[in-house]
Amino acid sequence: MDIVSPGFTGRRRSGTELPPGQYLTHEFPVLSAGPTPHILPEHWEFTVTTETGEVHRWDWATFTSLPAEEITKDLHCVTRWSKLGTDWKGVSLDTLLADVETSADFAMAHSYGGYTTNLPLDDLLDGQAWIAYEYDGEPLDPEHGGPARLLVPHLYLWKSAKWVRGLVLSDTDDLGFWESVGYHEYGDPWKEQRYAGD
Amino acid sequence: MTADVPTYLDGNAAAGALREVFAVDLTAAIGRCNGCGRTGAFAEARLYVDAPGMVARCSGCDGVLLRVVNTPTDTYLDLRGLTYLRVSSAE
Amino acid sequence: MERTALRRRLTWQVGTVTEIREETATARTLVVDVPDWPGHLAGQHLDVRLTAPDGYRASRSYSLASAWTGETIELTVEEVPDGEVSPYLVEVLKVGDPLEVRGPVGGWFVWRPEQTGPIQLIAGGSGVVPLMAILRAHAAAGSTTPAKLLYSVRRPTSVIYLSDLKEIAASEDVEVTFAYTREAPPGEPRVGRVDAGLLDAITFGPKDEPTTYVCGPTPFVEAVADLLVGAGHDPARVKTERFGPTGGPR
Repeated sequence: MDIVSPGFTGRRRSGTELPPGQYLTHEFPVLSAGPTPHILPEHWEFTVTTETGEVHRWDWATFTSLPAEEITKDLHCVTRWSKLGTDWKGVSLDTLLADVETSADFAMAHSYGGYTTNLPLDDLLDGQAWIAYEYDGEPLDPEHGGPARLLVPHLYLWKSAKWVRGLVLSDTDDLGFWESVGYHEYGDPWKEQRYAGD
Repeated sequence: MTADVPTYLDGNAAAGALREVFAVDLTAAIGRCNGCGRTGAFAEARLYVDAPGMVARCSGCDGVLLRVVNTPTDTYLDLRGLTYLRVSSAE
Repeated sequence: MERTALRRRLTWQVGTVTEIREETATARTLVVDVPDWPGHLAGQHLDVRLTAPDGYRASRSYSLASAWTGETIELTVEEVPDGEVSPYLVEVLKVGDPLEVRGPVGGWFVWRPEQTGPIQLIAGGSGVVPLMAILRAHAAAGSTTPAKLLYSVRRPTSVIYLSDLKEIAASEDVEVTFAYTREAPPGEPRVGRVDAGLLDAITFGPKDEPTTYVCGPTPFVEAVADLLVGAGHDPARVKTERFGPTGGPR
């Protein structure tokens, strides 16, 4: 039954500067599908596993000694909030993948706590994705994915896996945690690719 | 750093979403966790709702019991984390 | 009545707001007439859905505050700062407006009149809402089962249902205790959180074999449920309903 709630507008939704269906927030909402993992930097590691099973490994010290970039990006969450001009520091995936030999087309990001999300490998390259470990000049808080999270800001934020621990490269496009239950396999906010088939 | 505030709800809170799909109330059903084998009322699971979908986790091992995503046209249900759900036939 | 209600898939129904009662500065009770409401058990909740003119929708779950008497339903809504649905329900919605609801739902956190054994209710803030429904159902059924309510609340002005609670407390079977966390009324020295000592002093003990219903913000419920189980209560008889980290009903 279609009714309108008299006087209800909902949170203010987009002008032209936001992707369709998004509203602007100045908060940084915390979304979680499980308990927040607390990973001490000395226990943290990041791995890239190729389609041939070759494993590349970084511990916290080697990871943070890599050249880092400061980036300012807009975030768009599929739950409809957008936050503009967020400041991050992290290592570009171009740097991390520079010595990785692969012909794979796809990557599955894996997180501490068991979360997964799938991406085309091309979307992680050419200055489009980072492993970020500082937000707003401070170490990244666990509730926002610290010690380090994937940051792929041109896709919906569920692709930017919090508490990331590794990438597994593959020739096949397997589906991650949300993609396997109805969310879009790619997730471009400007094309409003929220759900499978959008 | 702020202390961790638990963010989950009880399995009860999934009742509305589940009753749109099932003719019986599943939150009072007894479920067995496929991960650790813990058995208990689904209402006692930990439900995470501040997320793109609803995720129920075992209160024993935090393993995923159930996921529900409502899209504009469909409801997706993933029950792989439950070995079984026992629904009372009494009422 | 119950049988048919439980065997049907639920759909959204449009009710009409027939009365609004201010409870506190931030909470109010909505009385809604829902023509095909199938009846409910005390402790159940319902989902409320709002639709904007452009089709945008938001829904939240609220506990039913009333016992089912065949007439209207009542829900009590506490406004959540920066919320999306509760500010509309508390500040914008008026008598005569339509309200889309789906329910009742939830078959676990409920009290049935045929249940035996003492009832212990423990509320944190607006977690008192479904517990009030249980007290109202208890009174409506003429149940002689002993019942106690421990209501943890910030200050006297935050108490929801004050006059109803006073009335219920005057009856022989129900004992109502307030625990103030920020500011107590004159003559009540204790200010603080619910702790093991307070639970031991005023709630039914494990030997009474009560069914305990705890409702409130997630950290409150977490703490109280741990204390109860630690004191020897059977976890299977401690029923919980969490509202989330902020303390407002979602």
